[in-house]
Amino acid sequence: MNAILEQQKAPIEGAVSAVIGFDEAVRFIWSEADMLDRHEYHSWLALWDPAGQYIVPLECEERVDYADHLNVVFDDQAMRQARVKRLLSGFSMSAAPPARTVRSLSRFVQVSAHTPGIALRCAQILTEYKYGRQRVLAADVDFHVIRAGGELRLSRKVVRLVNADDALHGIGYLL
Amino acid sequence: MNATAQDYSRLVKDDRVHTSLYNDPAIFEEEMERIFAKTWVWVAHASEVPARNTFKTAHVGRQPVIVTRDRHDDIHVLLNRCRHRASSVCEQKSGKTSVFVCPYHGWSYEVDGSLRKVPYDAGYSADFDKAEFGLLSLRVEQYNGMIFATFNQDAPPLAQFLGGARKWIDLFMKQGGGFGVKVAGEHRFRFPGNWKIQLENTTDAYHFPIVHKTFLSSLDQETAETFDMMGQGGWIEDLGNGHSVCVMMPELVDLESDLDAPIPERFADLAAELTAEGHSDADVRKIVRAVGGCGFNLNLFPNVACSMAFFRVLRPISVTETEISHLALGMDGGPAAGNRMRLRLHEHFQGPMGFGTPDDAEGWERVQRGAVQGQDLWIMLNRGIEKPKGHPAGPDADEVSGEAGMRAAYGMWKRLMAA
Repeated sequence: MNAILEQQKAPIEGAVSAVIGFDEAVRFIWSEADMLDRHEYHSWLALWDPAGQYIVPLECEERVDYADHLNVVFDDQAMRQARVKRLLSGFSMSAAPPARTVRSLSRFVQVSAHTPGIALRCAQILTEYKYGRQRVLAADVDFHVIRAGGELRLSRKVVRLVNADDALHGIGYLL
Repeated sequence: MNATAQDYSRLVKDDRVHTSLYNDPAIFEEEMERIFAKTWVWVAHASEVPARNTFKTAHVGRQPVIVTRDRHDDIHVLLNRCRHRASSVCEQKSGKTSVFVCPYHGWSYEVDGSLRKVPYDAGYSADFDKAEFGLLSLRVEQYNGMIFATFNQDAPPLAQFLGGARKWIDLFMKQGGGFGVKVAGEHRFRFPGNWKIQLENTTDAYHFPIVHKTFLSSLDQETAETFDMMGQGGWIEDLGNGHSVCVMMPELVDLESDLDAPIPERFADLAAELTAEGHSDADVRKIVRAVGGCGFNLNLFPNVACSMAFFRVLRPISVTETEISHLALGMDGGPAAGNRMRLRLHEHFQGPMGFGTPDDAEGWERVQRGAVQGQDLWIMLNRGIEKPKGHPAGPDADEVSGEAGMRAAYGMWKRLMAA
């Protein structure tokens, strides 16, 4: 856990309610984005509920049955762990060295307050840089955040790229 | 372009091709004319236009086309360009319609391409003949669900063009596991490199253990051994007309044989699920044996490969840009659990964030980046130039990690470009 996240967690220490506030969830999501830009993938894995799903679909619209469709990413815990191992192995030429990325998440909207947890949607604008070339990837991102053992956890993240149904390029990092 | 046929001939030797084939814009322009406008180009699988009035859009070289199925079940491939003032008449990837209407002035076309109606037609002279203004229609032929089109009315029949590749298409389609093969989704991505770099890759077993080390290390031991492409007695065969097959896993050539073999550990849960659903032992074995695809890559010149468990389609954009589609396959009407397994296996390797594709794409880009230097140098294709003696697959078998498939493709390139 990095220092920024520790600081952000401070106000919620000792919270007795399972309810997750909007601001608390947004801070958690920003800290996740920061980890990804820093390639702190082991810390990122620890953010996940073991039953959580990380999905990058091939279409922009929301759907419920991603399992019966082809996706860019459809990861359970085991696939997330394998993905992180691959990206950090040093043997994947698309990830060693990785593109540098800077991502900004904004326009957060609360979709619903689950019990337990909270569902948010936001905009993500990511710029990647490699080989003297900058590319921008824009996406709507759906998050479902829960509290487990007193800590916030990702239980679902769906990255719906604005051009998901168009030709993409090799992406050697995590969205 | 001032190059002569003889110049093109000099750029391709038996064991090497000239670097300019990757980066000379004039050669690329000629390729569009002499190859992509002259020979059969894959445009669709029959399952992508499954019913009457369904369509998909595709490209023949750089030319956008619409693939349609009419009410007589005939397939048409139509240039996506209104005969009035050239507007595209369809901008959807796929769908269903009984008419294509140009959005600009409302000319409408039947799904067979014929001009149906022209708004305010009194504005045209009396001799205006609608029969002359249908959408330009390409020649179309099919083999075992694979739909090809060509602008060339004089091209030999498709069956003749495919020749020895037909047997391998038939073997490939056995991965329906007793059902038909169906396109189940598509990953598309572009890389900044010449189309032939990708054409070569599908017949390049040599790169697999190097480039895909991280994919291999994400597999269980049994599966990793299956993917040991260099050590299983595989081979490459030149099938003529630029086509070739690269057999990496000989035991998975015929998916309807060896059905009594033990079920691999990674498919044990699937087998149990199918059994619980009431499928017979014979059907379960057939489905499970086919679910991971077959053990070879069939490279069909110039733009499609039947690659283990998917179709790989290339589309040249410019001399230094290529679009690739990886079409996942499923069992048409087959059990959902089996089809979900096929989708997950496809996602594992393929696509912009797969464990394999991004490394391939990076490798191809690196080739293009390197090829801007040393314009007098050659791309070497001499690996395995001597046939192995006494290979069990017979006298036509070339070394599996050799470059015989590439030499076959460039031989056809030379034939067409120097014609």
